[in-house]
Amino acid sequence: MQIYLPIAEVSVNAFLLLGIGGGVGLLSGIFGVGGGFLITPLLMFIGIPPGVAVATGANQVVAASVSGLMVHIRRRTVDFKMGTVLLVGGFFGSNIGILVFELMKRAGQTELFVQFSYVFLMGTIGLMMFQESFRAIRRARGAARAGPGAAPRRPQMHRHNWVQRWPLKMKFRTSGLYISVIPPFLIGVCVGVLSAAMGIGGGFIVVPAMIYILGMNTRVVVGTSLFQVIFVTAYAVMAHAIASQSVDMALAVLLIVGGVVGAQIGTMIGMRLKAEQLRILLALLVLAVAVKIGLDLVIRPAELYSVRSIGHP
Amino acid sequence: MMRRLLPLLALCLAMLTPLAAPAADAAAPSEQIVAGLSQEQISITASFSGSSILIFGAVKRDAPPAQPPLQVIVTLQGPRTPVQVSRKGDVFGLWINTASAKVTEAPAYYAIATSAPLAQILSHTDDLRYRISIPLAIRETGVASQVSEPRAFLDALIRIRERDGLYKLDEGAVTIDQSTLFRARLNLPANLTEGLYTARMFLTRDGKVVASQKTDVRVRKTGVERWLYQLAQNQPALYGLLSLVIAIVAGWLASAAFRAFRR
Repeated sequence: MQIYLPIAEVSVNAFLLLGIGGGVGLLSGIFGVGGGFLITPLLMFIGIPPGVAVATGANQVVAASVSGLMVHIRRRTVDFKMGTVLLVGGFFGSNIGILVFELMKRAGQTELFVQFSYVFLMGTIGLMMFQESFRAIRRARGAARAGPGAAPRRPQMHRHNWVQRWPLKMKFRTSGLYISVIPPFLIGVCVGVLSAAMGIGGGFIVVPAMIYILGMNTRVVVGTSLFQVIFVTAYAVMAHAIASQSVDMALAVLLIVGGVVGAQIGTMIGMRLKAEQLRILLALLVLAVAVKIGLDLVIRPAELYSVRSIGHP
Repeated sequence: MMRRLLPLLALCLAMLTPLAAPAADAAAPSEQIVAGLSQEQISITASFSGSSILIFGAVKRDAPPAQPPLQVIVTLQGPRTPVQVSRKGDVFGLWINTASAKVTEAPAYYAIATSAPLAQILSHTDDLRYRISIPLAIRETGVASQVSEPRAFLDALIRIRERDGLYKLDEGAVTIDQSTLFRARLNLPANLTEGLYTARMFLTRDGKVVASQKTDVRVRKTGVERWLYQLAQNQPALYGLLSLVIAIVAGWLASAAFRAFRR
């Protein structure tokens, strides 16, 4: 069943969109991430213009994140204070991101910018996560061999690193932290830039940053990340809707419907897997996307030319 | 017998035309097109997956048809917009856009249907005058000053749009009955953009255009498509909020349904 998308102005198979939404929803349910980093490249791959893919991807992330956040609010695993600090940074970042996106669009390098950011970010984070979870799995095996009596060694939290020395200290009770507000603010800025320019929620960046840079209590990390991701992506959706009218509601609805169903199944699968296994799988997924996009940059394209219509008549 | 004489007669006429030409041009054309379209408006609905339009017409003439027989060219042209054509180049092993050219006006859609190979039935002069062939439908002023090989950029534009089914030359797609009635069916792709489309019909004889006719076809989104598009354009803030409300409600419903499901 073909559906004509009113903003993207292309006709796409509706079941394909439901499938993409469902597939990404499944993965986001399993791994507890929004899935924007998968949905935006996939949309571009099936012929949705990059601008529409970024803006509509952000809209889909809002839905996925709200769904996840509800669960965390019920379990009281959201640090609203930390989330708010990240959020303030996120708003600054979003504006920078939208500005950067406009500049790149004017220079005709949107595609390169988006691709390059993906490869760099996802390559780095994928590798870091892979390394960390690989070590965790080896450690778990070692502990099992040592016998049930041996206490599992917790990874060293950076409780007393450079973050402690910065001014403007604040108490984050839920996270169990007393640190400067500057690092979380800066993390917020980075995520804001990314979500506005790449259509991603930034969950896969903010979660490791909260664990390894801020040393937050891992129990509240995902919920807090979802809390701030909702606002940052919602802001990005509004900004794109107003600045470039590039949010395609029909496309978003199909992705969301698919995503909602997928996320339910994904969460059930996710509960049966071990945390280290989940992380290593997510790392491999992130790396696979990075490699795919990286290859597109390096391999000589079959068609060197591209055509872009400038504005409507 | 008559048929054998006709070419001879035509030859005699052709020899006379240099003298008669100024007078003939001044007079009303002896052959005119009476045109029709299967539809004057094409609606893009949510389930739009391409369409086709039948362009037909009849030749109205005062005298019996002259020789050689008439040929027909039908074109359908979409709204013209500026486009940017970019070319990727190898920069330190990465394939990135290194050169780009802005083409002033290129039609979003352009199809030509003819009754015989275009080169045989249309002279270059009349092609230039009426801008019929695909390269001439693109206004390329200024491209030469932006890039060193403008032809390659324009060729790429045509190649890409031909591949997407947006530009098309269909030779032999026009059928002519009794030198009087003609018709052509043009296919419209699924990735059609809305706007005012122009259908043109040309009668040619000996490569010269002897009569032409123009009709407008309006392509517009209807129903939900139109409503969403206009809301996005005219009230972007409201549109953005609505998108967010849908996302939030869907997310909340999913979570609630999931909880109910687990119980």
